[in-house]
Amino acid sequence: MRIELIKRADASPLFSIASPFIALLLTMIAGVIMFLLLGKDPATGLYTYFVQPLLDTWSLEQILVKATPLALIGIGLAVCFRSGNWNIGAEGQYLIGGAFGAALPVFLPGVDTWVLLPAMVLMGMLGGALYGAIPALLKTRFGANEILTSLMLVYVAQQLVDWLVRVPWRDPKGMGFPGTPSFPSGAQMPKLWQYADAHYGLVLAVVLAIIVWFVLSRTMKGFEIAVLGSSARAGRFAGFSARRMTIFAFCVSGALAGLAGIAEVSGTVGKLDDKLSLGYGFSAIIVAFLGRLNPLGCLAAAFVLALTYIGGENAQIAMGISDRATRVFQGLLLFFVLASDTLIQYQVRIVSTAARSA
Amino acid sequence: MDVWVSIILSVCAASTPLLLAATGELVVERSGVLNLGVEGMMIMGAVCAFAGAQLTGDPFVGALFGIVAGAAFSLLFAFLTLILVANQVATGLALTILGLGLSGMIGEGFVGQPGIKMERIDIPFLSDLPIIGQLVFGQDPIFYASIALVIAVWFFLFRSRKGLQLRAVGDSHSSAHALGIGVLKTRALAIVFGGACAGLAGAHLSLVYVPQWVEGMTAGRGWIALALVVFASWRPGRLIIGAYLFGAVNIAQFHMQAQGFGIPAQFLTSLPYITTIVVLVLIARNRRLTMINTPAALGQPFVPDR
Amino acid sequence: MSADDAKLLETKGLTKVFGTLRANDQVDFDIRPGEIHALLGENGAGKSTLVKMLFGSLQPTGGIIEWRGEPVTVPSPSVARSMGIGMVFQHFSLFEALTVAENIALSMEPDVKTSQVAERARELSKQYGLPLDPDALVGDLSVGERQRIEIIRCLMQDPSLVILDEPTSVLTPQEADTLFETLFRLRDEGRAILYISHRLEEVQRLCSRATIMRHGKVVDICDPREETAATLAARMVGAELQDIRPAPVSLEAAPVILSVRGLSLAPDNPFAVALKNINFDVHSGEVLGIAGIAGEGQGEFFSALSGEVEQLPTGGTIELRGNDLSALNISERRKKGAAFVPEERHGHGAVTGMRLTDNMLLARHKSDQDSFQSGGGLGVIVRSAIRSATDRVNAAMDVRKGAPDPNAGSLSGGNLQKFIMGRELDRQPALLVVNQPTWGVDAGAAGHIRQSLVDLAASGSAVIMISQDLDEIFSIATRIAVIAKGTLSEPTDAAKMSREAVGLLMTGQTSDRAEVAA
Repeated sequence: MRIELIKRADASPLFSIASPFIALLLTMIAGVIMFLLLGKDPATGLYTYFVQPLLDTWSLEQILVKATPLALIGIGLAVCFRSGNWNIGAEGQYLIGGAFGAALPVFLPGVDTWVLLPAMVLMGMLGGALYGAIPALLKTRFGANEILTSLMLVYVAQQLVDWLVRVPWRDPKGMGFPGTPSFPSGAQMPKLWQYADAHYGLVLAVVLAIIVWFVLSRTMKGFEIAVLGSSARAGRFAGFSARRMTIFAFCVSGALAGLAGIAEVSGTVGKLDDKLSLGYGFSAIIVAFLGRLNPLGCLAAAFVLALTYIGGENAQIAMGISDRATRVFQGLLLFFVLASDTLIQYQVRIVSTAARSA
Repeated sequence: MDVWVSIILSVCAASTPLLLAATGELVVERSGVLNLGVEGMMIMGAVCAFAGAQLTGDPFVGALFGIVAGAAFSLLFAFLTLILVANQVATGLALTILGLGLSGMIGEGFVGQPGIKMERIDIPFLSDLPIIGQLVFGQDPIFYASIALVIAVWFFLFRSRKGLQLRAVGDSHSSAHALGIGVLKTRALAIVFGGACAGLAGAHLSLVYVPQWVEGMTAGRGWIALALVVFASWRPGRLIIGAYLFGAVNIAQFHMQAQGFGIPAQFLTSLPYITTIVVLVLIARNRRLTMINTPAALGQPFVPDR
Repeated sequence: MSADDAKLLETKGLTKVFGTLRANDQVDFDIRPGEIHALLGENGAGKSTLVKMLFGSLQPTGGIIEWRGEPVTVPSPSVARSMGIGMVFQHFSLFEALTVAENIALSMEPDVKTSQVAERARELSKQYGLPLDPDALVGDLSVGERQRIEIIRCLMQDPSLVILDEPTSVLTPQEADTLFETLFRLRDEGRAILYISHRLEEVQRLCSRATIMRHGKVVDICDPREETAATLAARMVGAELQDIRPAPVSLEAAPVILSVRGLSLAPDNPFAVALKNINFDVHSGEVLGIAGIAGEGQGEFFSALSGEVEQLPTGGTIELRGNDLSALNISERRKKGAAFVPEERHGHGAVTGMRLTDNMLLARHKSDQDSFQSGGGLGVIVRSAIRSATDRVNAAMDVRKGAPDPNAGSLSGGNLQKFIMGRELDRQPALLVVNQPTWGVDAGAAGHIRQSLVDLAASGSAVIMISQDLDEIFSIATRIAVIAKGTLSEPTDAAKMSREAVGLLMTGQTSDRAEVAA
């Protein structure tokens, strides 16, 4: 038995939409197998992971809190991946964005005005964009592989933020715990409603998804991204510069990751501490692919990924399943997304070897 | 003198996993495939080697577990990229994400357990020779395996017909296919070999270098191995130089942390990663070298017409 | 039946189906020892498919292959080679990063050492007069040298049947003559030679039998020496082809459209060719043909004129109707009235995975900014305007497609090339630069494309046509220049040029010697 691929003349519109759902279905099937291996009831497992968090408002809100950074980073990565640039250092840009934004309340203690938050958001985006520009410039100037440099910069950013919150920016009244002093109210992202955990970062994510979707699908910039993403040479023929695009794409995805960072710092935590790096920058890669590199799709995909986080927490409490199972789920999901995407470009046939030789 | 011997020994220990993983990836890339999942395969090797050693009490069986785990894990990548022609970059990332998660789950029960160390070889008399005794005759078995592997890979690639075929596949898969060389088979074998090497590299971490199971203990070494392949411009001999350079940087930053010097530990910890970036930039500036040595089909999917 | 008449290879009802396409349909074909047998047909007629099945690169869907009277299956090229079938590919199946000897060793039995291969290759290269250095890297060799590797590689197996796929398409006339001598020698040794070509004069000169294919079927088997080129062509295409001739122009009267002086360009990568001090004028109404072997700087010359190069030329000026273009990028050059059609359709002239309307926008988003974009700085794409322009081009060029707005990649080579040409012609450019206009295009589309180039020139524009196909150059160029090693020869009136003279220039000899030869 063997698998044969036959290239489709045109991408299949059916599978372009269906492939993320097929991937989700396959992930759940793999989940059943995993629960069985762990000796847990698969029905309860799937219910706890994928249904239960949707049923109570507290969990739903936690999903929105987690979906916010995932969506913001995922949208940026979608732009970057579409243009053919591999930014896998979003985690670093997210951290630096958080640190840049946090610098304002840290250096301006006692200042508490409404201008503070917008300024922090802009600083966060600037920080992320600048940090994203490093691998872009190393690629365009020297030809250094952006996959490796952007990833290496994640480790550097983690160490840098760790140092900041432990040494120069540490709250002297923090009883020795790493972290800046808590931000004044003007430096905190307002909550969506009273006593909520979800904050306005989510609104930013939705608005940005719509804007980026419009730019990608309706404007020359989106066209330029698509052309350079499929062929640098055709792009040059069209008069587009692949080098400028690399810098643009890294700055955009870096800015959005930085925005996610400052939104997390100012909206969820209220200060910069040593627990900012939660791997959102890597999970957002899954968001981007599950969302088929479409900003609106990324919103939905961020929700799904956030669901696995909360579902994983619930499963740990209720069923004693390790929270690491969540990362396994996420990894499997990316595998199945990539596998299902094959159906868009190819017809897949399973041929028995006996029939072939006949 | 003894201080220097022990420093050199620690450099060897730090370099061996890098060298092993990079040697495997070099063969993979020579066949035209870019597998970014080295980190994932390595950590799977580390956890399975540790588990194998714990279950059997024998570190050599543990190392075998690591090799098999890395190879088996790489099959996932091979299936997706070769059969389903999924994007190699994205699939490699998926392998890394999945490997980090899965290893955490497998290793959950092993956290904090004392490891079973693979002992250094001790040849009576020879290992007692001053200086070279320890360096040449008194290291751990995986160290010797790593050196032997580099030589074997060099011989295979540049002195054997199968190796010539593998390089041909990496240069132009359509030409290789026209000549009747099995492109997918060659690549599948290369990927599995790369996985086995990464698995052994992980085994070295959890059985020799640390030796314990710590979640995420590869700490980017798989990625550094990928950078080393570029640094070596796909030549096995240059891998040794690169791996030992990185091993030395790593040991140097440990010693500096121990000494203090007033440099924040975080900056010293970043040093290997910053070095990687610097090295990638320096190598890439030599465009002729990189352009001529890069396997021409690297990262290109191959779908045979039937 | 005497031994001489014994068929070496025969196919009966050989069929190959790809999806819905019958690439080979019930093909009956045979070849005898000591004969040079032509396989004629247009692009897409099924010649390559047939040959790939004989050589084991493809497996038939139906029918049988007989070798020396016995039915055989050819599961792989290595089996074909061990049977005694050798193949010289059109697009060389060579590895640039490997040495000549390594390339040859790859098709030998595994126990043969590369050093032995090198030794044997040296012997063969002496025996057949094909000079070759076994230790050279293939990436550093010329096209002609690469073909020699293919031939030697094939002869290493001492084959009874040698298949050559379009062997002269990349050679100068002189190199082709040398190849023919080798082929005659092989024939006289009793080997069978299957010669695939669409060049009828060659076939008439070489072959004693010809099998003609059309749409996957064998339409005729004949002796090409008893036919005329016209009757052969008619059977290949299934219709008479029209003859295209450019209208004569008097250059003195015609205004200069493009004037290039002292153009030099440093190579931007280790494999690129440097352009050296290029000077020429193109006048209104003329088609300037640029001949040359592959890889002599055509791509760089095209990029320098189009402005696609990242770095600016190191010297010289490019003036289009008095405007200096040298500092402008490709979009700005288009706005000044230039248009460009590159050699590669997939991923250069068009994006394969994008629709035709998107590919319309690809080359014309700046020149047609007023109609194709709105919203000021936002650059919102106006789909309706692009669609109507695309429809206009498709109608004018008779682009055949399966859907209203299909992906460029789903079009046949000829139809995609017609679309790309039409996209540029639709703008009525003052200057059109085209590289290999009919490469890999069927005869019908090639005729259409050449006619449209002649028509554009006749309307007062200037055309620069870079082509490796000397037939094409001689059929429509008004003047001819030759590019070799990055330098361009003085453009000369086509009527005063002979093929031999062009051939000498192609190998880099000076123009005075070419004049003498002419």
